[in-house]
Formats: sequence, structure tokens, C-alpha cells
Amino acid sequence: MNKNKEKLLAKRYSSEKRFQFLGKSAIFMALLFLAIFIFKIFSTGYTAFQKTWLIVPVNFDAETMYLDANPSKEDLEEADYFEISLQSMFNLDKNANEKQQNELKKMVSYFFEREIKQELINDPSLLGKTKDVYITASDDLDQVFKGNYPRDLPENQRRVTDYQLKIFDQLVEQGKVESKFNLSFFTYPDSREAELAGIASSFMGSIFSILVCLAIAFPVAVLAAIYLEEFAPKNRFTDFIEVNINNLAAVPSIVFGLLGLGILLAVFQLPRSTPLVGGITLSLMTLPTIIIACRASLKAVPPSIREAALAMGASRMQTTMHHTVPLSMPGTLSGTIIGLAQALGETAPLILIGMVAFVNTIPGSPMDPAASLPVQIYIWAESAERGFVEKVSACIMVLLGFLIVMNLFAQIIRHKFEKKWS
Amino acid sequence: MIKISAKNVDVFYGKKQALFNINLDIEENQVTALIGPSGCGKSTFLRCLNRMNDVIDICKVQGEIVINDFNINDKGCDVVRLREKIGMVFQKPNPFPKTLYENISYGPTIHGMAQSKQEMDEIVETSLKKAALWEEVKDRLHEPGTGLSGGQQQRLCIARAISVQPEVILMDEPCSALDPIATAQIEELIDELKKEHTIIIVTHSMAQAARVSQRTGFFHLGELIEHGSTDKIFKNPDNTKTQDYITGRFG
Amino acid sequence: MLGFTSYYFGRKKAYTIQSTNKRLTALPQFYGYYLAIWCAIPAFIIYSLWAIFEPTIVKLLILSDYANQGYLDDELNLIYEKTKALSRGQFTGEVTSLIQTSSEKYLNLRSIAQSSKVVIVLCIIIASVAYAYKRISSNNRTREPVEKFFNAVLFTASLAAILTTVGIVFSLIFQTIDFFKVIPLFDFVFGTHWYPAKAFVRDSSEALDPTMYSDTFGAVPIFAGTFFIAFIAMCVAIPIGLMSGIYLAEYASYKVRQYAKPLIEILAGIPTVVYGFFAALTVGPFLKDIGTAMGLEVSAESALAAGGVMGIMIIPFISSLSDDVITSVPQSLRDGSYAMGATKSETIKKVIFPAALPGIVGSILLGVSRAIGETMIVVMASGLAANLTLNPLESTSTITAQIVVILIGDQAFGDPKTQAAFALGMSLFIVTLCLNIVALRVVKKYREKYE
Repeated sequence: MNKNKEKLLAKRYSSEKRFQFLGKSAIFMALLFLAIFIFKIFSTGYTAFQKTWLIVPVNFDAETMYLDANPSKEDLEEADYFEISLQSMFNLDKNANEKQQNELKKMVSYFFEREIKQELINDPSLLGKTKDVYITASDDLDQVFKGNYPRDLPENQRRVTDYQLKIFDQLVEQGKVESKFNLSFFTYPDSREAELAGIASSFMGSIFSILVCLAIAFPVAVLAAIYLEEFAPKNRFTDFIEVNINNLAAVPSIVFGLLGLGILLAVFQLPRSTPLVGGITLSLMTLPTIIIACRASLKAVPPSIREAALAMGASRMQTTMHHTVPLSMPGTLSGTIIGLAQALGETAPLILIGMVAFVNTIPGSPMDPAASLPVQIYIWAESAERGFVEKVSACIMVLLGFLIVMNLFAQIIRHKFEKKWS
Repeated sequence: MIKISAKNVDVFYGKKQALFNINLDIEENQVTALIGPSGCGKSTFLRCLNRMNDVIDICKVQGEIVINDFNINDKGCDVVRLREKIGMVFQKPNPFPKTLYENISYGPTIHGMAQSKQEMDEIVETSLKKAALWEEVKDRLHEPGTGLSGGQQQRLCIARAISVQPEVILMDEPCSALDPIATAQIEELIDELKKEHTIIIVTHSMAQAARVSQRTGFFHLGELIEHGSTDKIFKNPDNTKTQDYITGRFG
Repeated sequence: MLGFTSYYFGRKKAYTIQSTNKRLTALPQFYGYYLAIWCAIPAFIIYSLWAIFEPTIVKLLILSDYANQGYLDDELNLIYEKTKALSRGQFTGEVTSLIQTSSEKYLNLRSIAQSSKVVIVLCIIIASVAYAYKRISSNNRTREPVEKFFNAVLFTASLAAILTTVGIVFSLIFQTIDFFKVIPLFDFVFGTHWYPAKAFVRDSSEALDPTMYSDTFGAVPIFAGTFFIAFIAMCVAIPIGLMSGIYLAEYASYKVRQYAKPLIEILAGIPTVVYGFFAALTVGPFLKDIGTAMGLEVSAESALAAGGVMGIMIIPFISSLSDDVITSVPQSLRDGSYAMGATKSETIKKVIFPAALPGIVGSILLGVSRAIGETMIVVMASGLAANLTLNPLESTSTITAQIVVILIGDQAFGDPKTQAAFALGMSLFIVTLCLNIVALRVVKKYREKYE
């Protein structure tokens, strides 16, 4: 009997250990996923913040550009840079045949003409001289330089030709290839060419959408929460509103996209692909989140404060506006920021209202067509070119950075300003 | 015969000391009452006896508590086996949200005390009978335990505690949430139970301590001021603080 | 704009009044608000009505010239659109004299409308302010009407949630009804072939011909794929989420909890498009490589990759909800069980888990509803072709993925393909709504029990 008991006890303890182990490994798994995730994004993405430049000697020959010796500013703007740009690329290999010359041209981005022009406009005294100019390398060479390109594939399976590789390797040996911080990633709009694609347009799109979303969702949500928490009579109608709010918070985001498409675009005829429509759609999604947060923090204000104000002869409205609402603001604000962070990461509804269109200008107002950061991730992730993979990861890093900052900000507001009621 | 003997027990909640150097012997098959004002540490001491204080993270117990020649504060002590031998009844009735039958059979199941359904039925029946609840509930053993009245729930918890045949039963103000009639029933039950179990009861009510206990300990501000036979404590205490508390001058 | 200017104008005026008026029944601000409301609201109403009806009236006026010349409705609309485009200077086509004249007329009408609008709105403002001003000097109580007004504003705001729901239903229902006029409900719910690309409308006479769409919009593969992927996701999320929730609630020390909980919740804050990219770029090819190494044929866009990654996304929902639920089980039940000599895991399995079960079920249902409604992961990582399969290594498609596939780019309303997307959206909405209602109710009941 006693022996049996010992056995049972041993069994019970081993089952206890097993259970604890399961719990620990579950946490470990969850954290492992997070770690893999972040590692993967960073390891593929960090290279996008560097860009590869070829240093090419350019002969600013006045004659080729149809300029006289002392050109005015306008003349410089209008001059023909194509020929000298082309020549400077061809000069990399003087013996190149026509096909090879074409390949030489493709070693740099199609912006090279503009880069050379900018150089001369910045320093007109270069006219007639030869100078080394930094020119953006093509995205494939960029990847080659970063070591991400499968060079050992047979030539017909890759976009970089053997000839281009040979010239490129020569340039590397001569120290004519340099990697510098990729400013254009932040200042250029989207582009079909990976080496020129930047997040400026989608970034502005995101900002505009979020501002529209904030401008609509915040006031409406706060007013609604005040009504429901402070003024609403307890009846079936307010119960219905409450059930509605809780349900909306769990409705899939794509359904809001259909709402935007079916009502905002089809019925109200608002302009497609714009942050305005995106922002309105997102605001409908964020509304329940903010209402719930605001109600929770209103609820946390102790009734004694309200009673004190009411006892002073203040009306319900005055009590609410002067005492309760200001006290609940920290909670409401941090809830709002968290809601906005969610909206910032939302993709599906924006795709449905057309914010997935290719936009190569930087939007200046919420009425201009634009993408948003998450949609930009989607667009680039769907592109086949190798150069976009690191761009996607880099864009994700920017987006995650924003989300982290917003969440930290929400935390700080909550901890710093929220009053603890004992 | 001495069943439990506490030597130099100190208890800390974080940095705050809750019990100071407690020395107390508890006699077998008697009812020992622990009395004292709120927050004096009597419940804390009770929870030391089956190491329920382990549940509270910041709580630290020092000193020796010897039960059956074995120091339960030793590292080698197995709390599961200890708690099987020392049952506990809490202030508020806390039946599990399961049927009456499952409530009682819980302990015997986890400790593997019944080999068959029949044996289990027997354990449930005797436990309920001992807790004087059998007659009231025998027809609804498979209804939820939370459906009973407060007094019945507390007797259910007592039945649950005795189902594993513990040597000691700890009772933490078992009647504080009950009405006078239910209290009387429980007190009667305690008297019955002391034949087979050693009982330690924490109580707020001095009248209850006087009614049910043979020995009494008086706690004040984390110290054991005085202990001895109930008669002596109530009629002729040595310490003036005890005297004051008994006569209702504070607490 | 006008409304806002008048608001400040009115308040300023009101303050001057209150400085001369000594006998007041309410705080001076209330007189200000009172006047401002009177100033802004009627003007705003008129302004909005004007803004809504102006285009229609202008259109009618312009087109009335051509109404009796035998144009079709479509042609008239075209004329009007061209007129508007020309007036904005965006017209690119050939400018006919007809459009030229109507454009001039249009601009003319617009300027008349503009100036008359300003005049009328100003008149209204002056009239209503004068009325309110008179009321003030008669020493009435202003606090009550002002507060009533604000109360009405608050109430209106709280209707926003209902309006959103109504908006969702409306946006879905008309397209869905149109869809079922062409495609029988039976074919949609029980058909097993989903191939919307086939429904390419060549001309409008074909659009309403049901025979064209037979075997095109059978949603069974889509529904099956949706639930299948959600099932895979829950197979990942439930064990990991539940166990980590239990561990955090019952075992973890304060320190571990303090760090592990927010770290796990980061998983919930990562945008889904990021998960989609991860699934498509890393997990899919990874599974494919493993499969090839084991001699299995694994699609790069397998249901397993999408479902698995979706499961990772749902872990934090399950873990933090079940953590909450478990922590709200009263301590007395734990004490009771420990005092019987139960180990921690026995207490959890036999006492706490059953007590917390309703809440846990609720949190799992919410997780399922999220899995069904999740879009970006499946769009990017699972296939777009609707296969009816239960092999997790093949590619399948889901409701949400199909909606995106159909509606990405330009859509023509009235095309059965577009309507099909809305019908899918409707079914998605109904399914998730039911899940949410049940889950929320279960959780709410549970909360009430232990409060």
C-alpha cells in the first residue's frame, strides 16, 4: 500500500514537471518565433539603407551639350546631358561593341543623366572639365556588391551578364565602387526600378490617412464614450449600441474595405486611391477601439469626484466636462494612439479602396492618390525583382519603428499622467 | 501528547515582519483556538502549519514547525504529502464549481485512495456523514456544489477536507460568513471531529473559542502573548493584555 | 468654413452682450454658446442642403436645354461630364460648340450659385442671431437649451457605431442581392467550382445570362479553404497560446511575467502584411525545401505556411485572453485545492481550467473569428486558385483572398464578378458576426460570474 503510494506520488510529480515544461516551451516557442521574425527582417533589410554607387569620370564637354562657354542657369537646365552621360558610360570599356555598350548603359539606373546634370548645376565651373561623378548602380549590381546575388547561376538565368560582371569587378578593383547611406530610400517616391524606389510617397500617404483617421475617429469616439458612460439611460437601445461597438471591434478589417468601396466610393463618389477615403475607412475601424478605451478610463474615475462636483451645484454636463473628462484623458489618449497604431499597420481595406495603385509622385494633400507604408510592403513583396526584397524588409523596419514609437508613447502617457485611484 | 510543535517561527511579508518568534505546542485530538484582534497574525500562523504561505510569493517563513518528529520547513518536506495529512477549511466557503460528488472525491482521486467506484462512493458517503451533510444532500450528489446554502457549503468544505482522512484540520474563521444556526451546526461538528482529528481553529469570536476549544492561544501584533488551557486563559490569564482583550477593552 | 467663422463671430458678440447685461440666470459662457449655436446651426444646415442639391439643380438647368432634342439619358450624362471637365480645364477631347456653350453656362450658373449662397447664408446667420439676441435680452434661462443641445450632439456621436454597422450591411446587401439574381443561391453555397476569371463579360447582353456563369461561382472550395486554413492556424495557436497563458498566469514569477507578456504581445502588434511577407518569403520556401528533402511535393504557397504563420499571429490573442480569464478565477478555489494536497498542475487541470473554461472557449472563438477574417497573410502566402483539397501541403484559397483578388485594381459595379466579392464579404461578415456575438456573450457571462 505504501509502495503504491510512493509510486503514485512519483507519477504525480513527473506529470507536474511535464506540465511545467509544456508551459515553458510554449512561451519559448512564442518568443522564438518573435526572435526569428525580427532576425529575418533585420538581416535581409539592413542592406537597403546602403546604396551602391559607381564612380564614373564624366567629361562635361560644352560642345556635346550644345552650350556656349558662359551658359546662364536656364541654359544649364535645358542642355542635352544624354550624350555626355552615355559617353562616360561607354568610356568604361573603350573596345565595347554595340551590344556591350548597351549593357554598359544598363549598369546604372536610368536616373544617371539627371545625376550628372545635378552635378553641373551645382558647380557650373566644371564645364569643359572631367570629373568623377557618383552614379547610382542598377539594382542588380547593387545586390551583387552586397553579396546577395547568385553569381554562379548560368548566365542565361540571371539578369546581370558576364560582361557587366567583368566590368563591375574591374571597377571594384580600382576602388570605383562605393557604398553610401541610401538617402533616396527616404526621399524618393515609389518606382519600378528597385534602386530608385523610395518610401516618401507611401510614407506621406500613411501620414495623411492617419491624420484623417485621427480627425474623425477621436472626436466622435470621445463624444460617444462620454454619452454612453455618463449620460445614457440604461435601456435596450444603449445595450444595443454597446453590443454593436463590441462587435465592430471584432469585424474583419476587409469588411471595412468593402464598406469603403461600396459606400464611400460608389455612393458618395469620393476620389479613389486617396488617403482621404483611406482615412475615413480606417477611422470607422478605429472608432470602437477608442470608444472602448475612453469608456474604460471614464469608468476608472471614482464616483466620489462626480458626487463632489454635483454636490457643489454643478450640472451633469459641467461635472463631466470640467472633472470627469479631463481626468480620463490620459487613458483615452493612450487608447487612441494604440488604435492609430493598429490603423497604421492595416493593409487589406486600403487595397480595396484602391490605395494599391502605383504612385510615383509624393502626395501633397489627402486628396492626391497615394499608397501607404503597409500597402507599399505588399506592392514590393509582390514584385519579382531581387532588389525589392531588401526594400520590403527595410520598409517593414521603418513601419515597425513607427509602431514601436507610438506604443512607447502610449505607455509613457499612461504611466506618467494617469492618476492612480486607491 | 503533542502533535505539532512550533519553535521560533518568524514570518515576513517582504520586508515587513508579521510573526515574531512564535513557540507553541498543539495537543493531539484536542481543539486549539487561536484568538486575537484583526491583523495579529493568527491566520498567518495557521497557514504556516500546512505551508499555505508558499502560495504567496513574498512570504518567507523561518524557524521550525515539527509535526510527527518532522520539521515541515525542511527543504526535503513534500508539501503535497504534508497537505494530505493536514486539511484546511477556509473563512469563506470555497466549493469547486463542480458537483457535490466531485467536490468530495477530488482529494481521494488525486491521492489515489480509492481503487474502484464503489470505494469512492463509500468515501464520499462517510465524509458527508461525518460532516453531517449526508441527509440533506444524498439525493442531489450530482448537482453543483455552488448551489448549496452558505452553511451547507461550509460543511461541504469540511467534508472535502476530511475525505482524505487528515490527521490535523486547520480552520480559518470557518463561521465568520455564516448565520448563527449554521454556526451552531459547525461547532457541534467540530466537537465530533476532534475524536479522530486534531483541530486548530482561528476565530474572531471569543465565545466560540470558549465553547469549542480545550486550549487557546492569544496573538497580538504578531506575537503569541499567552497560551494554555481555555479555562485558564478565559478565567485567569497571566498577561494583562490577554485580560483586556478577553474582557473587551480592545480589539 | 462659413459656419466656423460665424461661430467665433457669434461668441464674441455674446461676450459683449453679457458685459452689459447684469442680471444673468446662467454663466456668461452659456449665453455665448447659446448665441453661437443659433448662429452656426441654421446656417450650417442651409449650407449643407445647398451643397447637396446644388450640383443636381445645376445639372437640371443645363440639361433642360437639350432635354427635348431627343438625346438618350446616357448621352445627356456624357454631355454633362464633358461640360464639367471643360470648365475645370481638364478636358482633353475635341471641344464641340455644344459643350463650349454649355460650359460657359455652367460657369455662369456656378458663380450665381456661389454668390447667392453667400448672401443667403449670411442672411440666415443675421436672422437667427437677431432672434437669439432678442431671447437673451428677455432674460431667459440659457443653460438648459445649451446643455440639451450638447446632449443631442453626444447622442448623435454614439450613433456612429450603429451607423457603421448599418453602412456595412448596406454596402454588402445590394450587391449581394444583385449577385443572387444572376447566380442562384444554391449554386453559390453548394457549387464546387470557383473560377471567377471565367466570368469575363464581353458585352452587357451577356451580363445577365445565367448560363454563362454555371460552374463559375461555387463557393464550396473557398469556404472549405477558409475553414481549413483557420483550422491549421488554431492547431498552432491553441496549444501554444493556451499553455503560455496558463504558464504566465500560474507559474511565471513576477519578473518573467513582466518581460514575457509584453514580448509575446508584440506578436499581436505586428501588421499582418509583415506576417504575409514572412510567410511568403521565408516559411513557404522553407517548408518546400523540407518537403523536397523528404520526397514530398510541397507547394511554395501551401496552406500549411499560411495557416502556420496565421497561428503565430493569433498566439498572443489566445494567451493574453486566457491569462486574463485564468487570473480572474478566485484565489480561494486555488487555496482549497492546494490545501487538499493537490499539486499545481492538478489544481490547474482539475479546478482552474474547468472553472475558466467558458472564458477560454470565448477567447478561442474570438481567435477563430480573427483567423477567418485575416486577409494579408493568405493573399500573400496561400494560393489564389481555389482548390478543393484537405492536403495542407497544397495551395488553397480563402474568402478574404478571393475578395482581394477580385477587387484589386479597377472594378465595374454591376459585374457579377464584383458582386461575387460582395457576396463573399457578406458571408464573411455573417460568419464572424455570429462567432463574435457568441464569444462576447460567453466571456461576458463568465466575467459576471466572478465579479
